[in-house]
Amino acid sequence: MDGNAGRRRRVGLRRKAARVLRAVAPRAVTLIAVVARAAAAAEPAVVAALGRAAHAARRAMTAVRGAAARRGNPAALLRAVVSRPPPGPLFKPGLWRSPLRGQWLTSLLGLVLLCGLPIVAVTGLLSYAAYDPRLPGNDETPGAPLLKFFLFSWPTHPTWLYRVDQAIHITLGLALLPVVLAKLWSVLPKLFSWPPARSPAHALERLSLVMIVGGVLFEGVTGILNIQNFYIVPSFYTAHLYGGWVFLAGLITHVILKFPRMRAGLRSRSLRRELRTPLARTRPEDPDPAGLRAPAPAAPTLSRRGLLAAVGGASLMLAGLEVGQSIGGWTRWTALFGPRGLSVAQSGTLPVNRTAASIGLNDADVGEAYRLTLTGARTVTLTREQVLALPQHSVVLPIACVEGWSAAASWTGVRLADLAQLAGISRPTLARVESIESVGSFRRADLAGAQVSDPRSLLALRVNGADLSRDHGYPARTIIPNAPGVHNTKWVNKITFMGAA
Amino acid sequence: MTEVIGRIRRWYGAHPLHLLALLAAFALAGYAARAVVAAGQWKLVALWFLVAIVGHDLLLFPLYSLADLSLRRLLPRHAEGAPAAPNSAANPQPPVINHLRVPAGFSLLLLLVWFPLILRISSSHYRQASGLSAAPYLWRWLAVTGVMFLASAISYALRLRHAAVKGRPPADRRPEGDPSSSMAPDAAKGGSTSKPTITRDT
Repeated sequence: MDGNAGRRRRVGLRRKAARVLRAVAPRAVTLIAVVARAAAAAEPAVVAALGRAAHAARRAMTAVRGAAARRGNPAALLRAVVSRPPPGPLFKPGLWRSPLRGQWLTSLLGLVLLCGLPIVAVTGLLSYAAYDPRLPGNDETPGAPLLKFFLFSWPTHPTWLYRVDQAIHITLGLALLPVVLAKLWSVLPKLFSWPPARSPAHALERLSLVMIVGGVLFEGVTGILNIQNFYIVPSFYTAHLYGGWVFLAGLITHVILKFPRMRAGLRSRSLRRELRTPLARTRPEDPDPAGLRAPAPAAPTLSRRGLLAAVGGASLMLAGLEVGQSIGGWTRWTALFGPRGLSVAQSGTLPVNRTAASIGLNDADVGEAYRLTLTGARTVTLTREQVLALPQHSVVLPIACVEGWSAAASWTGVRLADLAQLAGISRPTLARVESIESVGSFRRADLAGAQVSDPRSLLALRVNGADLSRDHGYPARTIIPNAPGVHNTKWVNKITFMGAA
Repeated sequence: MTEVIGRIRRWYGAHPLHLLALLAAFALAGYAARAVVAAGQWKLVALWFLVAIVGHDLLLFPLYSLADLSLRRLLPRHAEGAPAAPNSAANPQPPVINHLRVPAGFSLLLLLVWFPLILRISSSHYRQASGLSAAPYLWRWLAVTGVMFLASAISYALRLRHAAVKGRPPADRRPEGDPSSSMAPDAAKGGSTSKPTITRDT
């Protein structure tokens, strides 16, 4: 008897819920339609569109109500909702008609990215290692100790390592943007596939795509905005480093799960034959298990080789109009869009990443009152003239920025090792170099013992045969072989050496 | 063992290793995200993740698709390059559409990447950082765009000339190596009806 009563109660509740739904839903839809019509009274086109949307919504509602009434339970209601794609053209497979989409194209673009993106990721992680974040004052991105497993003492040679690493990171990253866009284009219909998930596995896999798609776009946006000093993104170092790890997590899983499908896709057509196929003989790919090919492809307006040429050409254009700012020399004139490219070549100066004006440097800071304080076993205070009187050395070293640009110059100044000796430290293990600037994340840098001891590490007073300009750190700056640009501290007024006397 | 795997497969929809790989990925991403939370940045970073995805999938993609669709609507039918088989020999004009798509696409791509400098949005930070003016970037972009359209127009003119020379002597000359029979079905309007039947398997 108890069971019967419970069943009756449940049926009663369900009927009540269905009644409420039936009563409320049409009124709500009508209300929305009325409000929308009133709001858009001035715009006939908008009214028409809204009217159509309201009509579609009403139709969907009717269908759902019908299904619910027939089956009379919530699961059926849910099934009824899911079984019909939402109104609007996006979820109709017939909308996607490009004859070029298909598993071969997606696999080929995927293969290019599989070769390129890991290089971008590794050069990025190397760049992080170059900041030597294990030294106490250098970690811009504290936290996640397990993700720092790969860090090592960043070497001072070869001196071009950081320069080349960053050039590859930025230039290859830019060059892969058209490939990423093309790859996303080739799979975009899948975003609107319906039902949204066929199984828990499918649902989880789709959710994991947030990591790879969101990750690659996020890394692209933060990187591209940062090299142009467009600081609307959150703290760049934190966002770009950990966003990169999220992307890598997505990438590794995606490759594991999709590699067999990519191989099958690549084998489904011959690249050589595609490269010989003009528009007139371009046919859609065969249907594939993933449903990448359009169900009803339109006639092609572009051959497959034409699409590949356009993507490749776009990559070459983006890279070609930027890479000159990393190579330097005459190629800088070709870097129309590199932020330290053609403009720097025209100005005929060495590029900088922070001007004296930006840190509010004033005459008093760098005039007669300037003193350099060296601390170690003892403290020594020197005027600029006294520093100039110490043994001077010249080295040709590149200055290379995390933003990708770099330039070589001839620097003249005092060896850091000599300054350490002066402060009573003969075997330095660490040096903290500080700047006159009072704020800013790179107003100081910690240098490892090997960096201080390297005979090419200088406290430079002159560059390319002339006194440093204020923008380059007058009265004195450090220049460390193979270090990231910001670790070559400008406007240096204090160096603290640690180590054995 | 195989029975357990079979049951997981039925319930989950894939091999258990699939689940393991995905859980490992989520764990790694979650661990990285924890450092962002610790830095007090997670709301902004999550917002930007979302902005990046929505910006591409629901803004950039529909916009460029719409632009391409509009371009195709604007051009006369044969200019698209849709093989118009019956009269393709009589109408030897090469399609113009890709000569517009490529320079326009390249130009918009440059704008997409360098808009903070081209539109001078980041000009004050850029000047503070580099001591340089962002003013030239707009002109460089316009110049590059102009050069690309010009190059595209010249190459189209050359193709037209080539087609005219080739098409002159025999009036009914067909495109070489292309049996016209294979082109005909596409032109028989609608495309889909003439294609082999395809079942959509998702």
